[in-house]
Amino acid sequence: MNSSIALSVEDLSFSYSGKKALSHVNFKIKPGECTVLLGPNGAGKSTLFSLITRLYDTREGRIELCGFDIKRQTLLALAKLGVVFQQTTLDMDLSVMQNLRYHTSLHGMGCKQAEQRIREELERLNMYDRRFEKVRQLNGGHRRRVEIARALLHKPSVLLLDEPTVGLDVPSRLSIVEYVHRLAAEEHLAVLWASHLIDEIYPDDHLIVLHKGQVKANGTVDDVLKITNTPTVKDAFYTLTQGETA
Amino acid sequence: MKLLHYWRAMWGIIWRELWRFVTQRERFISALVRPLVWLFVFAAGFRAALGLAITPPYETYILYEVYITPGLIGMIQLFNGMQSSLSMVYDREMGSMRILMVCPLPRWFLLLSKLLAGTGVSVLQVYVFLAIAWFYDIQAPWQGYLWIMPALLLSGLMLGALGLLLSSFIKQLENFAGVMNFVIFPMFFMSTALYPLWKIKESSALLHNLAQYNPFSQAVELIRFALYGQFNSQALIYTLLAFSVFMAAAIIGYNPSKGMMMRKGGA
Repeated sequence: MNSSIALSVEDLSFSYSGKKALSHVNFKIKPGECTVLLGPNGAGKSTLFSLITRLYDTREGRIELCGFDIKRQTLLALAKLGVVFQQTTLDMDLSVMQNLRYHTSLHGMGCKQAEQRIREELERLNMYDRRFEKVRQLNGGHRRRVEIARALLHKPSVLLLDEPTVGLDVPSRLSIVEYVHRLAAEEHLAVLWASHLIDEIYPDDHLIVLHKGQVKANGTVDDVLKITNTPTVKDAFYTLTQGETA
Repeated sequence: MKLLHYWRAMWGIIWRELWRFVTQRERFISALVRPLVWLFVFAAGFRAALGLAITPPYETYILYEVYITPGLIGMIQLFNGMQSSLSMVYDREMGSMRILMVCPLPRWFLLLSKLLAGTGVSVLQVYVFLAIAWFYDIQAPWQGYLWIMPALLLSGLMLGALGLLLSSFIKQLENFAGVMNFVIFPMFFMSTALYPLWKIKESSALLHNLAQYNPFSQAVELIRFALYGQFNSQALIYTLLAFSVFMAAAIIGYNPSKGMMMRKGGA
């Protein structure tokens, strides 16, 4: 068990009825690192997320969260994980507070602790004043903020975000990208951010390019540019995915 | 500490389900309208056509409305169980099921909590239905209203577990119409909900056998006897067994390494 690694994926493969979706995927993420998982549609990003969250079974390879094997120590591993899924997973008919209280109860938090954590996370996102509003009344950007707040309530060590900015307007998108990067740095959180939007990548980020289920590049932005001998991430991505646009 | 976590999570799941039910007024009303239409219209129409002999737990001749009341209670729970499974498929498609599945608790416990929550909703519906029926002069001994509670819990769990099992097989929401045609209707009509077993036997031996071994029949009989303060051990054992089998199969269905989730490629 290596505590300096927050998320470790080793030799991971996965197939849907014989069709390979992931092939020998390897990478590690350290605390405080923001890693962008870049890949075109169908690259295997969502499959990878389903395996990390144990929605699918890991049959080939190994996934560890803070040293806990997701297959053998599932509950310990899941306790370390915060997730923002691609689709909204909030209950539209409940208020922000009710949605968050549901999450804190699933994580076994008592009333007092839950209230405190909800307040902390919502205040950081300037959403505390809207806690009694129904989720249905919020716009897409604010719903996403609530989902990020929810994913952080139980103080996870690893935060997974599956294309969280899809469908949002530019200001909402920028503010979420900026917030998550700040979280990684200030909270020492390991972030894995699946995206196909190149402008969401910061120069200090780590980059994993996934294409047709295989890792085509893994390193800092500079590393990837050097390997591909390209001036921009967009060019690097184009080279690695052989012409398929992001 | 661990126990407290389980308790809080279970309560959170039950609370969410009850709250959603109470605030969704249309769902509440439609859940009641269905059995009430059967009681006020169907049963009234068939009152003259169907003569019923004295059969336990009844000690005298009864009106047809009185006979089908436990069957309609079963109907409420059957529809509720299926509706819960429908909401599981919906939650899975919409993604909110994922939030439940990634929380650090065993999957069997989460499914059981979901089941208890759905059963709680159906018990609530049944008591409102019984209150309305009471004003319609369908009145059981007062103890029956207490005895029926454990029977409702077990039958609700059994029918909910069946719904849960079906939801692990259903790939898309659209496929749910098939459940109506292939599960709910045959289960309801091939049971003792609307007519007693001896009456079915007069028409067809095969139908009689099917109705006798239909778990829904046993659940209805369990409710019927409990409502009149009597204990039907055969119905209890059968319903308990059916619950255990459906629940075990549902847990396997939702297990990522063994169940249907792998084949479906979705969670």
